[in-house]
Amino acid sequence: MSTPENPAEHDDVVVPHPLDETAINERVDAALVSFEAAGDLDELKAARLAHTGDKAPIILANRQIKSLDKDQKKEAGQLLGSARGRIQKALAARTQVLEAEHAARMLVEETVDVTAAPVRRPLGARHPISVLQEKVSDVFTAMGWEIAEGPEVESEWFNFDALNFGPDHPAREMQDTFFIEPADAHLVLRTHTSPVQIRALLDRELPVYALCPGKTFRTDELDATHTPVFHQFEGIAVDRGLTMADLRGTLEHFARAMFGPEAAIRLRPSFFPFTEPSAELDVWHPDAKGGPQWVEWGGCGMMHPNVLRAAGVTDPQYTGFAFGMGVERTLMFRNGVLDMRDMIEGDVRFSQHFGMEV
Amino acid sequence: MRIPLSWIREHTQFPASGTPEDLMAELVRVGLEEEDVHLPEISGPVVVGKVLQKSPEPQSNGKTINWCHVQVVPDGQTQMLQGEGISDDGVQGVVCGADNFEVGDKVVVTLPGSVLPGDFRISARKTYGHLSAGMIASVKELGIGEDHEGILVLSSLGLDPEIGDDALDLLGLSDAAAEINVTPDRGYALSIRGVAREYSHATGTAFTDPASLVGVPESGSAGHEVILDDAAPIYGTPGCDKFVARRVTGVNPNAPTPPWMAARLRLAGMRPISLVVDISNYVMWELGQPLHFYDAEKLTGAIQVRRAAAGEKLTTLDEKQRELDAEDLVIADDSGSIGLAGVMGGAATEVSAETSTVLIESAHFDPITVSRTKRRHRLPSEASKRNERGVDPLIAAVAAQRAVQLLVDLAGGTDSGEVTEVGEPVLPDAIAMDLQLPQQLIGVDYSTEQITQTLTDVGCRVETGQGDSLQVTPPSWRPDIDIPEALVEEIARLVGFDKIPSRLPAAPAGRGLTLAQGRRRTVFNGLAADGYTEVLNYPFCSEAANELFGASDEGAAVAQVRLANPISSQYPVLRRSLLPGLLDAVRRNVSRGFGDTALFEAGLVFLPGEQIGSPELPALGIHPGDAVINDLKDGTPHQPQHVAVALTGHSAPEGLGDAGRGRDWADAVEAARTVAELVGVQIEVVQGSHQAFHPGRTAELRCAGSLVGYAGELHPQVVEAENLPARTSVMELDFSAVLEAAPSIITAEPISGYPQTTQDVALIVDDAVTAAALQATLTEGAGDLLESIELFDVYSGEGIEAGKKSLAFALRFRAEDRTLTSEEASAARAGAVALAAERHSAVQR
Repeated sequence: MSTPENPAEHDDVVVPHPLDETAINERVDAALVSFEAAGDLDELKAARLAHTGDKAPIILANRQIKSLDKDQKKEAGQLLGSARGRIQKALAARTQVLEAEHAARMLVEETVDVTAAPVRRPLGARHPISVLQEKVSDVFTAMGWEIAEGPEVESEWFNFDALNFGPDHPAREMQDTFFIEPADAHLVLRTHTSPVQIRALLDRELPVYALCPGKTFRTDELDATHTPVFHQFEGIAVDRGLTMADLRGTLEHFARAMFGPEAAIRLRPSFFPFTEPSAELDVWHPDAKGGPQWVEWGGCGMMHPNVLRAAGVTDPQYTGFAFGMGVERTLMFRNGVLDMRDMIEGDVRFSQHFGMEV
Repeated sequence: MRIPLSWIREHTQFPASGTPEDLMAELVRVGLEEEDVHLPEISGPVVVGKVLQKSPEPQSNGKTINWCHVQVVPDGQTQMLQGEGISDDGVQGVVCGADNFEVGDKVVVTLPGSVLPGDFRISARKTYGHLSAGMIASVKELGIGEDHEGILVLSSLGLDPEIGDDALDLLGLSDAAAEINVTPDRGYALSIRGVAREYSHATGTAFTDPASLVGVPESGSAGHEVILDDAAPIYGTPGCDKFVARRVTGVNPNAPTPPWMAARLRLAGMRPISLVVDISNYVMWELGQPLHFYDAEKLTGAIQVRRAAAGEKLTTLDEKQRELDAEDLVIADDSGSIGLAGVMGGAATEVSAETSTVLIESAHFDPITVSRTKRRHRLPSEASKRNERGVDPLIAAVAAQRAVQLLVDLAGGTDSGEVTEVGEPVLPDAIAMDLQLPQQLIGVDYSTEQITQTLTDVGCRVETGQGDSLQVTPPSWRPDIDIPEALVEEIARLVGFDKIPSRLPAAPAGRGLTLAQGRRRTVFNGLAADGYTEVLNYPFCSEAANELFGASDEGAAVAQVRLANPISSQYPVLRRSLLPGLLDAVRRNVSRGFGDTALFEAGLVFLPGEQIGSPELPALGIHPGDAVINDLKDGTPHQPQHVAVALTGHSAPEGLGDAGRGRDWADAVEAARTVAELVGVQIEVVQGSHQAFHPGRTAELRCAGSLVGYAGELHPQVVEAENLPARTSVMELDFSAVLEAAPSIITAEPISGYPQTTQDVALIVDDAVTAAALQATLTEGAGDLLESIELFDVYSGEGIEAGKKSLAFALRFRAEDRTLTSEEASAARAGAVALAAERHSAVQR
């Protein structure tokens, strides 16, 4: 039979005898008290080491079991096993509490002023002139129309003659045209998007429903209401049996898409070389600054037979209508842009105010 | 076109109480657009007064004023007007500085409470020791002349009104005018006659054709000989097809213009000049026929209407000597040319203050001839405006008679009884119109009666035609009605555009945006989301900017599209590059306090090739054939769409724990990648050179082997010359070319679920070896197992031989069908290193 080790051998720790139930229970109680007394995870760690570490009395007592007699081993094993179980259970419980407390405290400590979030990737912006053209295009593609395009330096024939502007007609002169050198090249900066009408008809099978947005040019000096470079969109439809009623219906639909369900349109007789009859188009703008009102919006009409012929449309069953509006003008009264120069100068504040919308 | 209301009232039912706005509201419905309103500038009590007393009183300042008593109510009556400063006894005390009137003269008295032009308010006020209660008005103060000193003595105008009469009515100063915009097809509406007819159409009320009030003599004795001799008509149309000449003798050249006429001319926007000149303008405004008056005594021999001899000289009314073109139509006599037909008369035969015999010219000229001469000599006038839009060819004799009548009535002239009338004008042909056409074009079921009545109202002669059609002869004053569709417009316009129903046509099922159109939006929205702000610059450019930014090599010959009439001589050509405009925008933003700026623009550039335009200009109304059309298309310069960006400053602001990163060349290169990858295209970046870029920081951008643009830092010299922030970086891509390289369908790649193996390799190479080249070699050498490769370190300095650098890459391997062993990965890596050693003499670090 062996003798239990002398407790004095383990520093100041008093190791209970493995069969000394009272002493063991005292140790267990001491462990439970110190766990409960631990205020944070660090203190608990110290308490854990003291009561479950290699030099903890219960652990040392456990080690002494092997030196007991066989019949005593079982009893001591049960005693110390139960003691260790109680300690572990208390430790686990306390750990859970303190970890939860710690996590909660961390979340509090990590609080930031979310209103001070810096802008790391500032957004850019589209130009409202571009966005408006896309918006208009969407209205028409939703109706089955195509978006047609053409060059900005254009042959005079496409820009004028094919559109029934005679070489000496005052209307040709009124267009304030930029001419390209040499004069006998017959090139101009297109004065309107109407030449795309001709190209669209020449390049497509009938029927044709096409919208042509784009840049246009006239020799105006830049001021609050004029610019030598501006944008238009032009619509044409050539089909069997189209009438001015179809033109009106199309424009009404378009006006409502742009200005809301209360918008309406009004046609006034006018003149354009490429349409007969021709009309000025006013839109009833329900949300206009200064109250609902009629606003001049563009021109339109039934395609002149000379234009249809120039574009190779010879079947008399086919008729067509055309209309055109200015993008800048639309922005001015739809979105309240007061000065044309704001749209030209490229000041980032102008576009960024709109962002990706218009 | 301005319309004095009193004038239109003479010929229509326009109400006496109607305003200019009322008139315009009616006219706009028939297509005469409202333009402006001209209201009287004088208001309040302005009456005729008689000078009772005029006492000169010398002043200490050397001036002499007249203290006057002016009677402003008729004898035996009392003053009915009330107001501060208006005397009950009908006699006003007035201080007057001018002296050109006498006791007994009738003058215009502006009583206290009246307002003169320039918001000049009249009140009783103390001056020169008197209470001056009103003013004796000068012509300038009344806004009817320039003479400030001259008191208007009414007898000088041949007037002897009652004392106390309303002087504003007497002088036509209470009239107002409406101004309308007349479209260039409707020359006839540039006259009271035409507008009156349109007012009648708009309102359905009666009107009197002013032409019908003029009694043209059936015939007369032979007048001044006129010979129409056009040897070179334009498009086969003679320059003059009707010429009426009348002679009026004994004209008093100094007779005053009656106030009603002067007032109407002023309201119409024409300055009264002299009675004779005013009469010609008045008739033009009333009837739409421009007239020319000659001093008959200055004419030598017969009048000839002919084309000018090239180089022939003519001094016009404005005292300018002009060298004529062989295409100009002139009026000539034996002395040579004496006027540019329909545009401006000559100085030599002008009427003057000595003229007593007037020869009236009233003629119909070819609009194209007039238009070209006007443009050639830059002589726009009220006459040329009407002549080039087409004057009623049947009005010439009427207008001449109206002028004779006025010269007789107002200028004391005598009709010589001589009438010259030569030429036979071509009148509009009858047009056959199918009765179904109006409905087919307008969508309104017009009745035959409606159609016939409307066209008759317009002035057409309507007869039954063949089958279900009408034969319609337009009136002489409507040369614009030339096709059946023009008749339809008249019907639709007069019945009312508001009668047109609304119907939404069903277009065939569409395909939406094209692939390219959709992808452009993806890219532009992507750039905006990435921090770039879109700008739209003018395409006008200086030659120097095109030579610098529009060509990579310095001094290279650069083809440019040149404007014949640029807005500014500084910018005479069209851009080959978006950068000049973009850099202007950068500079503007920086100067306005936005130093952190990232801009983009998408737009066309102009790259002319061999063919510039096409000499052929096919005629109106015909399809010129595919060959001609293709030639016209080929003649327009190549105009690809470019996308460009420019960056300065920081990509994010400094502060709040964020360092803020300066933008540099790499951002520009990344922008190119962004654009390309947004449309599924891989951009190849190659070390390159461009004169506008920093020589060591220029990326050449390639797409499918072709050069498509540049990215990098601007050359420091360019930065300095352009006054830009240091290190400004830019990118420009031929976006059309990139879109062309974009796949229409993107094929999926299988995704392997097997684990990856990553191995790094650091290689030492010569400085000249680019990262892109080394990466390409490693990719090739590593073979199919390589999933991705990423450059993560570039190092030179200590431990690396001078002139060399170390580039470190992370290679990531993965197989589609199995877990890779480390041996397989190492073998692949070794293959990559071996190829790098072979190609670039790369050595592992």
